[in-house]
Amino acid sequence: MHSITELLQQLVYGLSLGSIYALIALGYTMVYGIVKLINFAHGDVMMVGAYMGWIAITVFHFPFFPAILFAMIVAAIAGIIIERTAYKPLRNATRIAALITAIGVSLFLEYGGMLVVGAQMRTYPNVFPETMYNIGGIIFKFGDIVMLVTALVLMLLLHFTVQYTKIGKAMRASSFDMEAALLMGVNVNTTISATFAIGSALAAAAGVLYGIYFNSIDPLMGITPGLKAFVAAVLGGIGIIPGAMVGGLVLGITESLVSGFGASTWRDAVAFLILILVLIIKPSGLFGKNLREKV
Amino acid sequence: MKKFFVMATAAVLSLSLLAGCGTTGATSNGGGSSAGGNLKIGADLELTGGVAMFGTAAQKAIDLAVEQQNANGGLLGKQIKMDYADNKSDPGESTNAATKLITQDSVVAVIGAMTSGNTLAASQVAIDNKVPLISPTGTADKVTVENGQVKPYIFRACFIDPFQGQVAAQFAANTLKVQKAAIFIDQKSDYSIGLANAFSTNFKSANGQIVSQEKYVAGDKDFRPQLARIKSSNPDVVFVPGYYGEVGPIVKQAREMGMNQAFIGGDGWGSPELFNLASADQLNNCYYVNHVAIDDPSMADFVKAFKAKYNQDPDSFAALGYDAARLMFQAIKDANSTNGDKIRTALENLKGFKGLNGDITMDPKTHNPIKDAVIIKIENGKNVFMTKVSPK
Repeated sequence: MHSITELLQQLVYGLSLGSIYALIALGYTMVYGIVKLINFAHGDVMMVGAYMGWIAITVFHFPFFPAILFAMIVAAIAGIIIERTAYKPLRNATRIAALITAIGVSLFLEYGGMLVVGAQMRTYPNVFPETMYNIGGIIFKFGDIVMLVTALVLMLLLHFTVQYTKIGKAMRASSFDMEAALLMGVNVNTTISATFAIGSALAAAAGVLYGIYFNSIDPLMGITPGLKAFVAAVLGGIGIIPGAMVGGLVLGITESLVSGFGASTWRDAVAFLILILVLIIKPSGLFGKNLREKV
Repeated sequence: MKKFFVMATAAVLSLSLLAGCGTTGATSNGGGSSAGGNLKIGADLELTGGVAMFGTAAQKAIDLAVEQQNANGGLLGKQIKMDYADNKSDPGESTNAATKLITQDSVVAVIGAMTSGNTLAASQVAIDNKVPLISPTGTADKVTVENGQVKPYIFRACFIDPFQGQVAAQFAANTLKVQKAAIFIDQKSDYSIGLANAFSTNFKSANGQIVSQEKYVAGDKDFRPQLARIKSSNPDVVFVPGYYGEVGPIVKQAREMGMNQAFIGGDGWGSPELFNLASADQLNNCYYVNHVAIDDPSMADFVKAFKAKYNQDPDSFAALGYDAARLMFQAIKDANSTNGDKIRTALENLKGFKGLNGDITMDPKTHNPIKDAVIIKIENGKNVFMTKVSPK
């Protein structure tokens, strides 16, 4: 790290990576908020989304927005199917049973994906113009802006959905007390499915952005970002939506600063060290408070 | 009555088990020497997975070599039959693939694997079963020599990492005439570390200076933080001894960050997929050391035959797969036997073999071939043959 410019440059890299983590972390946190399940298959849903986007762009020749929408819809359906077949039968089972099932679903998606699309990496075509911007020595490209803007728009949409729509109210009610919500006439099954659908759609959006930005995808691409997003969700306070957003951005920036200080070998270690420290010092996360309303 | 039935069933079942053993035993003994037909050679290749391009290219070339050899009467009066096993670009799977080929299919010799790590994983199986194995492109030092001891039965058809690193360093110092180099290493890859060490030693002894050294892990997608550090150390050239899957994004991201330096690398760059991962423009001013160049005049016959069969240009992995297969055929012919020890002795003493790229002589002390390297320049999305470098 030699100068302020370089520090700012690393911050830009951290923000673009962090917005991906944040989008994935949202899905983790929403699902946890409602059914108290760490959905370890979530990173792989992101991979499914990335492949759907890739198919939409290379096979159907969709432009960016229809492609990301297509990926989000397919992933939402996949999310609902996963919830209905794998998690719903275990809703009253021990939490460890559901957790192990989640790992099973994760492996199923990874290696099933390998069987269907092959293990080799695929390259995303160029979707955005390769325009470069240089502001005071800080360089970023068109893709950086699209990534950040798309992530922000989706997060705002999510915030709006959760706060001001009927389904959002149902989600908040189910998260607060599932049985009471049930007694009040909230259709808890639909609400849980909707939560999985929204979380999966956000992961798919992250997958498409990730694929376009780093232009290569493979069936195991979801593992590392999935784990990092989990760290981000815990860092922000699992079950808390703004926590996931902030946690993702903080983690992305931390990683890029660690590499920027010349300790790239330590990058992943630092990410998981954060997880350990949060769990020891403040298990409820940065935004965690007692009795906080959760979704 | 019931008891009798159970016992009878048990007896029948155990008999059928025994019979099963008998048949497998018979085939495994017969594999090497069965008269009348086939001589089985195995190939443990990366047919799927991260470096699937390497394995599938070699498979095509090996099929071509087998076809040509069989058209000329085969080997030892028999037709060659190839058995392929996919190692999924994974060392653990490579051990399984080699075990399957040697113990179940009873092959006479093994070709593969393509990468050093996968070859290392397969080599112990070959040594234990005394089956000669030749790797087309396993360039790490310790593929054939470990702790100063040459590994029996393990050979390769390519030059080794220190030589690639040395050629790259000489090229940077003498042809590009630069003095400050940065190195960007895949920290978990023996291949990458081997090349980097040789480059570093040779570049320094040519009065060059290594201004920064950064690391990544295969599978990473975001290289910008490390590249930013390399950029600020202001090198004239960046040496990236990695595989194409990471090299493409590295060059792309570096160019986007305004780094216009020359990038140089080793044979891991040699895949057409590289041109999908970064644009032609971004790949200009990039050079890499390779085993062969398709536009090298001495390769013309092979390129023609390959194109006629597959309607596509061969790459260097195909060329080395072809050389590896033909080296093994020659050794079996010289040995005039399918005995592992005899083939091994024949391979060790192979001299002046006409490889695609020039003469190949096997060094009995290291099991490494002594042969030329080429430097390839990437120009507007095409690999262009620049020059040939002989070992010192």
